[in-house]
Amino acid sequence: MGQSSHSGTFEAKSKEMRDLNPREIAWRLARTRREFLRDAAGMAAGTAFMGASPFVHAATAKKKRKVIVITFGGGARDQETFAPEGQINIPHMLGDLIPQSSFFTQVTNHGILGHYVATASLATGVYETLNNFSAVPPDHPTVFEYFRKDLGRPVSDAWVVAPSNGFNRIGESGCRSYGPGFGARVILPKHLLSAAASGSKADYSHLLHDNYETPLYAPQIGGGEFELQQLDQILKLSVNDFMEHAKTLSSPDELSVFIAKRLMRQESPSLLWLTLHDIDVAHSGAFSLYVDAIRRTDRLCAELWKAVQEEPEYMGDTTLLILPDFGRDADQDSGGNGFQHHRTGDPASRTTWMMALGAGVRPGVVYDSPVQSIDLVPSIGAMMGFSAAQSQGRLIRELL
Amino acid sequence: MQPHDLQADQFVGYPPEARKLAVVNVKAFQQLPLSFLPGLLREVIEYDYKFPAEQAAIDKELTNLSSLSPLQITEWFHAFAQLSLSSKLEHLDWVNRPAQFIEQESAYLWTTHQLDAFSVAATAYGDRLRAAVPVDKLPVPRLGIAVIGQGVASYASPLFRDLRAHGTYFSQIKAENGLDLLLDAVEDRAKAHPIPYGHWYVDGGQAARQSPALTNVSYAASQPVRDNLLKYMQTEIARPGMGPEELRTDLARLLPADLGMTKDGDAVLDRFQVRLFTEGSGTQIFSTTFAQWTTREALRRAQPLTLLVRFAPRQRQKPMNELLSNTSPNPELDPIGSLVDADMGAYYHWINQQRLLGAEQSSFIVWFEGHSQALVVAPSLPRGAQSDSAMDLKGLLSLATS
Repeated sequence: MGQSSHSGTFEAKSKEMRDLNPREIAWRLARTRREFLRDAAGMAAGTAFMGASPFVHAATAKKKRKVIVITFGGGARDQETFAPEGQINIPHMLGDLIPQSSFFTQVTNHGILGHYVATASLATGVYETLNNFSAVPPDHPTVFEYFRKDLGRPVSDAWVVAPSNGFNRIGESGCRSYGPGFGARVILPKHLLSAAASGSKADYSHLLHDNYETPLYAPQIGGGEFELQQLDQILKLSVNDFMEHAKTLSSPDELSVFIAKRLMRQESPSLLWLTLHDIDVAHSGAFSLYVDAIRRTDRLCAELWKAVQEEPEYMGDTTLLILPDFGRDADQDSGGNGFQHHRTGDPASRTTWMMALGAGVRPGVVYDSPVQSIDLVPSIGAMMGFSAAQSQGRLIRELL
Repeated sequence: MQPHDLQADQFVGYPPEARKLAVVNVKAFQQLPLSFLPGLLREVIEYDYKFPAEQAAIDKELTNLSSLSPLQITEWFHAFAQLSLSSKLEHLDWVNRPAQFIEQESAYLWTTHQLDAFSVAATAYGDRLRAAVPVDKLPVPRLGIAVIGQGVASYASPLFRDLRAHGTYFSQIKAENGLDLLLDAVEDRAKAHPIPYGHWYVDGGQAARQSPALTNVSYAASQPVRDNLLKYMQTEIARPGMGPEELRTDLARLLPADLGMTKDGDAVLDRFQVRLFTEGSGTQIFSTTFAQWTTREALRRAQPLTLLVRFAPRQRQKPMNELLSNTSPNPELDPIGSLVDADMGAYYHWINQQRLLGAEQSSFIVWFEGHSQALVVAPSLPRGAQSDSAMDLKGLLSLATS
């Protein structure tokens, strides 16, 4: 083979991608996901279904409606998930969840790509600009505040289960017009386990992995976090039982899912937000750990969906929304180091996907139309019957 | 302060060669926008400790900038000039602390949604600069070698998945004396083309040999530096008011002597190694990350003609604070996980090599150490192909570089 015909396909591909603007690259990423899903799961194009919404708008349905949001653990790229070479890592999503879901191939995040600030933006519907590494509340009202204030729901009806790196303030904004008292209760399972295990000889270190973006710094806990004694009062779980069960788990996200399922059983919140985080181990640069975490997250998403089907309070009335807060850097971007970080702001790190399944969702449909991550909050509002007045996102019409 | 206020005497704090360079080019600096200039000064201020390839690149860039007319400057930097910066940034000492300025500028651009515009401007500038400056001819095509899987007895899953489309997979390689044959070949190249920092041997564990003809970096040899760095980090985080951004700023200021390196070492290489640990993420705790990041940075900065990297097993995952506290003298290893890490590391090695001059003629070999599997990307070999020909590593090298 001659030199000219062998002159680096990678370079050619890189140049080809560089010649495209970010919008075009995002579109290509979305197309790739769509083509793959159509081949793998036989899903239909969403445009054919527009105008025939299956969502029920009756007030009684909204009253019963429950929504669970899972942020897909720290950002994963197509080549390790939805691209053909990545499918081996997401067997549960492909085999179990996607056939039941409406899949949005092009969800972009135009904000700051740090996990706390990006998750806060998802929860407020505004691109927040707070310090990613500080334990501060979002500036704008959260979805939990809209939900509770507009619908007059009690504090027990909105919960957040999150990693312990600053997420303790995500349940309630610092927005004065809402004031204190309308936020969600927040459980930080690692914080809880750390408190419960204090003085114990058992080793729970594998469940207490720290923040991977800034491994040395977990901001001081402050705000309305879940107290240890409420294990018994709310989760109906003794400290001993909690610790015994923790011994059977292998990662912080497994602990979070365990707590989330316990909450579903005991409190049955209508709005439950679960932030998974194991995948962010990618920041350590160990590809094998990153892939292991994707496989675990895939399994945990399916496990939670199974729990929804088994809980009478949730079965049939629950919409599950799964989406990453953002992606990770592309191999082609010389400013980054591939999967390791999300620092370049390139299209691969900004463009992700969203899966919606359950109540009111058309199964087996793929939507290519671009949506933004801040569109989530107003769309949840439309599903549940509240107004996300200060959100800057737009309704996702395909979900209405 | 704005760039047009810049005076030559403001570079008095720069190292000798950097100061000379800055003073000579001050008029060009005065015409550049603030959103761009500190990025250039960050390179200039380190000039004395840069690799020859980096110094040559800075020289060419400054020569080009000095040759541009005011109209051309406006044209080249229009997109940078459109970016809006805060007055707080303008008041920073960006002449003497350009790296800290860049850090804060980056945060500002993120929060004001200008990062994408900055990236577009930077990419366009880079493309334009590459087209404008003269290109040197390489004395010999580049060669990259990755040796992966040390300590793994068997592995059933396919290897080199990301590279197979780009090269030829060999399934019958004779593994005997493989590493020695590869190192011999690298040394021969270094002796035939003796260029400073032109030929590297990076080892993620204990180096198999130390060759004076090569630039040698190994994870094992860097242990005292790593230990000192981890101690420093533990001390720093205990200080009141310390946060992640403050720690990063402090780490960026560390010099080889701060981490116990003696003054009789190679000042350029010592600084390079300090940066591997103070700027790299995970290099301090995982040897596979160290090997991958060292390879990337060596290629990006020194642009060697030859780079052989050998990955070694890393320690098993533990909680990050436990890994950083470095308390276990004999940590448990994870050979299979390390092979997976290294397989991706080899792919990134090739990608980073392809970003350099002469990519079309360069060759790349990845070998599963002690086993019969290897893959070659070379101009003379077909892509997406497989060969069952039996040969040793010397024969494979010959094939790759013919």
